[in-house]
Amino acid sequence: MTSDQLAWKIRRHGIEMTHLSGGSHIGAVLSVADIIAVLYADVMNFDINNPKAESRDRFILSKGHAGAAIYAALAECGFFDTEELKTHYQNGSRLSGHVSHHVPGVDFSTGSLGHGLSAAAGMALAAKQDKKNYKTYVVLGDGECNEGSVWEAALFAVHFGLDNLVCIVDHNKMQSLDFCTNTLSTTPLASIWQGFGWNVIEIDGNNHEQCLEALKNGTVKGKPTVIIANTVKGKGIPFMENDILWHYRFPHDGWEYDTAVTELHKTKPLGVTDPYTPDGIENPVTPDENADIYNDHTMSATYKPTWFKKEKEQ
Amino acid sequence: MRDTFFATLSQLAKENKNIEVVTGDLGFGVLKPFWEAHPDQIINAGIAEQNLTSVAAGMALEGKTVFTYSIGNFPTLRCLEQIRNDCAYHNANVKIVCVGGGFVYGSLGMSHHATEDIAVMRALPDVTVLCPGDLVEATAVTKAIAKYPGTCYVRLGRGGEKKIHSDNIDFEIGKAIKVREGKDVAIFSTGAIFEEIAEACEILKENGITPTVYTFPTVKPIDTETICEIAKSHKLIVTCEEHNLSGGFGSAVAEVLAELPSHARLLRMGMNDQYCTIVGDQKYLRDQYGISGKKIAEKILHEVK
Repeated sequence: MTSDQLAWKIRRHGIEMTHLSGGSHIGAVLSVADIIAVLYADVMNFDINNPKAESRDRFILSKGHAGAAIYAALAECGFFDTEELKTHYQNGSRLSGHVSHHVPGVDFSTGSLGHGLSAAAGMALAAKQDKKNYKTYVVLGDGECNEGSVWEAALFAVHFGLDNLVCIVDHNKMQSLDFCTNTLSTTPLASIWQGFGWNVIEIDGNNHEQCLEALKNGTVKGKPTVIIANTVKGKGIPFMENDILWHYRFPHDGWEYDTAVTELHKTKPLGVTDPYTPDGIENPVTPDENADIYNDHTMSATYKPTWFKKEKEQ
Repeated sequence: MRDTFFATLSQLAKENKNIEVVTGDLGFGVLKPFWEAHPDQIINAGIAEQNLTSVAAGMALEGKTVFTYSIGNFPTLRCLEQIRNDCAYHNANVKIVCVGGGFVYGSLGMSHHATEDIAVMRALPDVTVLCPGDLVEATAVTKAIAKYPGTCYVRLGRGGEKKIHSDNIDFEIGKAIKVREGKDVAIFSTGAIFEEIAEACEILKENGITPTVYTFPTVKPIDTETICEIAKSHKLIVTCEEHNLSGGFGSAVAEVLAELPSHARLLRMGMNDQYCTIVGDQKYLRDQYGISGKKIAEKILHEVK
């Protein structure tokens, strides 16, 4: 499967999984889909018949709330049946909303932000000590970079020269309630990582060629690499893009689900079959004039404290 | 106790190249022999306990037996979620080592008093909690956890602890150790407060009381069998810990007793749900908070008379 095909499948599964479960974080699933797809289609070494193979590359999705993306990728790669994806969030399922290592192909459970880079650094350090060749990849959110532990790990990875560690920041510019710059700004993100001593590459994180080039040829000797992947939250479904509403809201029955699927079908790559609605949706419900669409749902739209006014960032 | 621990660990590290120590920038004067003997088996992760603990989990998942090391509350409370999510939930082979259980750093103030650590660590599934009581127990515990799979918490004293047991103790994780057989009153202790129990027993002896004494180097899993047995054969069980009473060792014993149809009365000794607002050396603070040998003996005498 090509990375384009896999990315499309991740998005389609993501819509279905959140639609069926009422689950959150579809916006994050859509922003990170391309990064995950390139990693699993073209970069990482793994063996679906031996998920714990010693020579495999390690992967941690530190922004564990985008777990649906990783489950979709693993199922599409053959670690388990894609049919199981429908159990996401359901009673008795192992497919928890946040990533679980009880799922084949998952190296590390996450869900509390700010843990993944440290654990990945531990794996990378062990590889150095034991002269093993695997690489460790970890995906962080930009909102996650609010966590102090991220910066403890950033210092650590540089100090110990972990050049076998690649961190990708899904820089979709948004976090739970608002844009990052309106919350606890880590702008300019690339300079901050540079200041910590990392090899920094900045790319369009929804562009597969750029992702692949950075992942394949971007690392340097002697220090860890961070790829600042500029992405769009909700990427691929225009009415979800850059709207914080879709951090938590799931595509409901009616125009939300129908429009999401219809939008995805407009960009379906050749050779991909939609497992849920193979021919798209006939006569999809469309949003009426009351639909909550293209409205500003950020906290700062209505949060106006009297004592504090955020200066505009340069 | 700290020196005994590292001497033992150094020996083990020589035999097992998978043993790694990760220190949080502590161990001046203590770790030097270790890093000189095993330079590839120790790293200083700096003053960053959250990162340190998750790094240890990552290393452990790659096959290493990782000992994280710091003092007081830094290796536990500071990075509790990393212990829970990254170590315990993954059954990672991480041994969290705290030097300074209780009032070891008494003069340094409340920040350095580890007086809730047992309760907090005991509350986590898949964490084995060990508090060696003397140098002999410390050696036995170190050897045992190096071979024991999964996440462990070890609470050590610092220095000056005595060798109370004879060399040949029958140590097993999850088992209490009988120190002496007496009657009517049984004293259970965990950790370095053991030395105060020895002192208390002398005073009790002068007053015609010979208690049964057990140490519990393992708080979790607690030795249910011993507790049940003593609960039947004795009238009073006294628990003693250099720790808060809420959720600690005494609570673990109480949980077992409470489920029995009938049992010996329980008297728990420790800090009475409070922080320490004064400073002083370990001996002084133990006395202030009612867990010196003298105070322990007085309370028992008051109880039995």
